Amino acid sequence: MSDAAPCTTFTGAMRVLAGLLESRTGQILSENRIWRIETALKPILRANGLTDLEALVSRLLSGIERQLSDDVVNALLNNESSFFRDLQTFEMISRELLPHIQATRPDKVLRVWCAGCSTGQEAYSLAIQFQKNAELWRGWRISILATDISTAAIARAQSGIFSQIDVQRGLAITDLLACFEPVGDDWKINEDLRRMVDFRTDNLLEPKVPGGHYDLILCRNVLLYFSLEMRRKVFDRLAQYSRPGGYLMLGAGETVIGQTDDFLSSREFRGSYERRGGLGEVAEHTIRRAR
Amino acid sequence: MKKCLVVDDSKVIRKVARHILESLDINVTEACDGRDALTQCEASIPDVVLLDWNMPVMSGMEFLQELSRTKMAARPKVIFCTTENGLGHIKAAVEAGADEYVMKPFDRDTLESKLQIVGII
Ligand SMILES: C[S@@+](CC[C@H](N)C(=O)[O-])C[C@H]1O[C@@H](n2cnc3c(N)ncnc32)[C@H](O)[C@@H]1O
Repeated sequence: MSDAAPCTTFTGAMRVLAGLLESRTGQILSENRIWRIETALKPILRANGLTDLEALVSRLLSGIERQLSDDVVNALLNNESSFFRDLQTFEMISRELLPHIQATRPDKVLRVWCAGCSTGQEAYSLAIQFQKNAELWRGWRISILATDISTAAIARAQSGIFSQIDVQRGLAITDLLACFEPVGDDWKINEDLRRMVDFRTDNLLEPKVPGGHYDLILCRNVLLYFSLEMRRKVFDRLAQYSRPGGYLMLGAGETVIGQTDDFLSSREFRGSYERRGGLGEVAEHTIRRAR
Repeated sequence: MKKCLVVDDSKVIRKVARHILESLDINVTEACDGRDALTQCEASIPDVVLLDWNMPVMSGMEFLQELSRTKMAARPKVIFCTTENGLGHIKAAVEAGADEYVMKPFDRDTLESKLQIVGII
């Protein structure tokens, strides 16, 4: 990280707040975001009648104010998301990866988990894909679980209401017309789609979501700012939740390489990682041995 | 290099759009109303048209209707860019043949995502 000034000039309060965020979520603030802590927390300072960051910190340290510290953590998290973010990834998932997974599930049960789902765009994008391909999925039991540590983000996701700016970032106009209805200046996703996604607050560092084996896990643009150690820990968890031969998708530019041996970069499905122990891996071993 | 025709009577909007499009490696030409745009399309068909709704001389809707009547070797993709976000306006635009719809003001991410959706980038 090269931007901004050296760490030594951050105030003690800034460091305490960045530390609170890291210990609760694993997220490390980049230097230029530490500089913006005060701006990010202004509404909280105002709402609580606090004059500055020092006052906020002493209030946080003076007692167990869970709500206040939750609010601070929520405000410091980066919740940026958009519908069909990295469009090509969604096209690959729906055209290649899901049909492949479908062929390997005779029980017709498909479980997807969006880990770090923010305000819901990612999970709803998947739901929209399933609804558009309803014919292909007839008779299937599809569940989409979507979790995030931010209570504020999950509340917004559950509401299914998005601003004009949100919907026009990534969402095709035909999908907007087919899947949303206007409410005031905003747009609300239709009830069928909203009910397709089970949104819950959950911390990836200690997940409490229902265990079991997911066929596809999306954990995109979440681990970017975790330390290597925390990332390893999260990959261990994701591996526990993933079905052998199941798939993991990370954000563009993120990788598992050097951080876990439980997932292998998939040759067939660009940008995805396969949980070890699946048929693909077995086949590859057999081919290698046959050579 | 893909070609985009930006149709808007506001010089500022055209400038903003040009800036974003050029940063996406797209070649930009400009028109200040629908009539001007149609003449330019007849001379050389762009890959995509960024189209304002309210303009003097010929509106965005009239342009769309004329475009579908005009015989051309290929039809450009059309992204409506407007300040109208009513459901009625959006439906009318899509029915008239618009491929996408963006509310002004828009940012780079939004325009980029729309260009991806219509297959230009
Ligand atoms: C940049 S958003 C990405 C959203 C979405 N996955 C996407 O790619 O568009 C990252 C999300 O991860 C969440 N997050 C950060 N740390 C987390 C943790 N320890 N457990 C669960 N979610 C976390 C943040 O609250 C934020 O909403």
